[in-house]
Amino acid sequence: MENPDQHPTASEGESLGSESRLLQVLKGGHFAVTAELNAPDSADPKDVYANVLALGDVCDGINATDGSGANCHMSSVACCALMARAGYEPVLQVSCRDRNRIAIQGDLLGAAALGVRNVLCLTGDDVSAGDQPEARRVFDFDALQLLRTAQILRDQGVFLSGRKLTTAPDFFLGAAANPFVPPQDLRHLRLAKKIEAGAQFIQTQYCYDVPVFEAFMRRARDMGLHERVYMLVGVGPLRSERAAEFMRSRVPGVHIPDAVVDRLAKTPRKGKRAEGIQICVEIIEEVKQIEGVHGVHIMAYRQEETVPEIVERAGILRSRPEE
Amino acid sequence: MSSFAESKRKPGSEWLKNRPRLLEGIYAGSKSALQLLYPVLKRILPARWMDGIFVWSEEVSKGYLFNCQMCGQCILHSTGMTCPMNCPKNLRNGPCGGVRQNGHCEVIPEMPCVWVQAWQRDAQMGRYGGEIQLLQPPVNRSLQNSSAWLNLLEGVDAQQPSGWSTIELE
Repeated sequence: MENPDQHPTASEGESLGSESRLLQVLKGGHFAVTAELNAPDSADPKDVYANVLALGDVCDGINATDGSGANCHMSSVACCALMARAGYEPVLQVSCRDRNRIAIQGDLLGAAALGVRNVLCLTGDDVSAGDQPEARRVFDFDALQLLRTAQILRDQGVFLSGRKLTTAPDFFLGAAANPFVPPQDLRHLRLAKKIEAGAQFIQTQYCYDVPVFEAFMRRARDMGLHERVYMLVGVGPLRSERAAEFMRSRVPGVHIPDAVVDRLAKTPRKGKRAEGIQICVEIIEEVKQIEGVHGVHIMAYRQEETVPEIVERAGILRSRPEE
Repeated sequence: MSSFAESKRKPGSEWLKNRPRLLEGIYAGSKSALQLLYPVLKRILPARWMDGIFVWSEEVSKGYLFNCQMCGQCILHSTGMTCPMNCPKNLRNGPCGGVRQNGHCEVIPEMPCVWVQAWQRDAQMGRYGGEIQLLQPPVNRSLQNSSAWLNLLEGVDAQQPSGWSTIELE
């Protein structure tokens, strides 16, 4: 078998100078779709490709999580590199929980060299949320310092220390927003601060409460923020009311209104999965109408196969150039 | 849970913390007084004593008032007179997205989120109100356990990584 490390593929050679395809889609005024990859608990690249299969044709970008929920999985740099090599458009998630500033800056350069253009800068779920709560929490940076540091690498061509890079990375920088948790009436100010720190796109936490999101966007628009950042709304199908209960009580930062949980509870057992997909489709249709929304970010944990159906039924499927 | 700042909290500081206007006045007063006195103190006190006195008095006073963690680069006045180092994630630009619906911390469910309090108190402040929107640079971990007042008076806490300053100057 050919060893790709000794014989760089054409895509790797070109990747250094090329702009983010996700950015091109957004610049073109299209309604963007990104989705979350279920990073495998495996050392086999085939497991990454298997999980990405359903997402590739309907998405403009695929996020590789960085130890989501503080559970260990294949690293996000590795998942992104494998996706880039196979022609997908990866979004690298970087959390501040596990690595200090030296490791993070090194990983950012490495990811760029491997063809990664999109970076989502996160604080990260606390170690106590995961299956190894006895781990040391690092949090040397916070999400905003991480954003600004990535911006410095890109725009100034230097490390935080001021030491020069030979070649600066070309990043499309993103951040998260969670309008659904306190202090709800001030969350738009944090969004402003993230834009100030370098955020060009936003992927929000799961949106199950559209009125709260609408209020957030209204305040953001009053500050003109909708013209300074691409807003992708986080959505996802719920399997059942039990899954919803689990998510809102155990996954940090997820807010699901009682009405949504009740609706699933009232659905007969066999129809729950379809109802969860239906709720997700309805939410996409609603948020699509909100001024300043540029796309959705679909997080269908262990239900990747539902993503094409959701995209099609929500009416946001469009033909994508062959990759 | 004993590793958390919160578990070492000294009693009696909540009443004062909920009066950020009073506290910012005390802060501003102390700052002016120290800036006036410092040249004199520097002349009469040996450096070793000065360090000891400042560190001790900060541990006692700010420890009681703010559950100070002695990061050595105090930004209390920019964070609603609420110590950000009490956040289990050590955020200097909070809050994170994990805040619970009741406004409590993701990591310590019984503790109100430090940053929710900070934003609320910042809104009540006059002199330094609104400074919570400033982007705070990464923490200089080498200043841990040193005196924030001395670092302020000597200008040490204003020193930032040179990469960070290049972009600030633009």
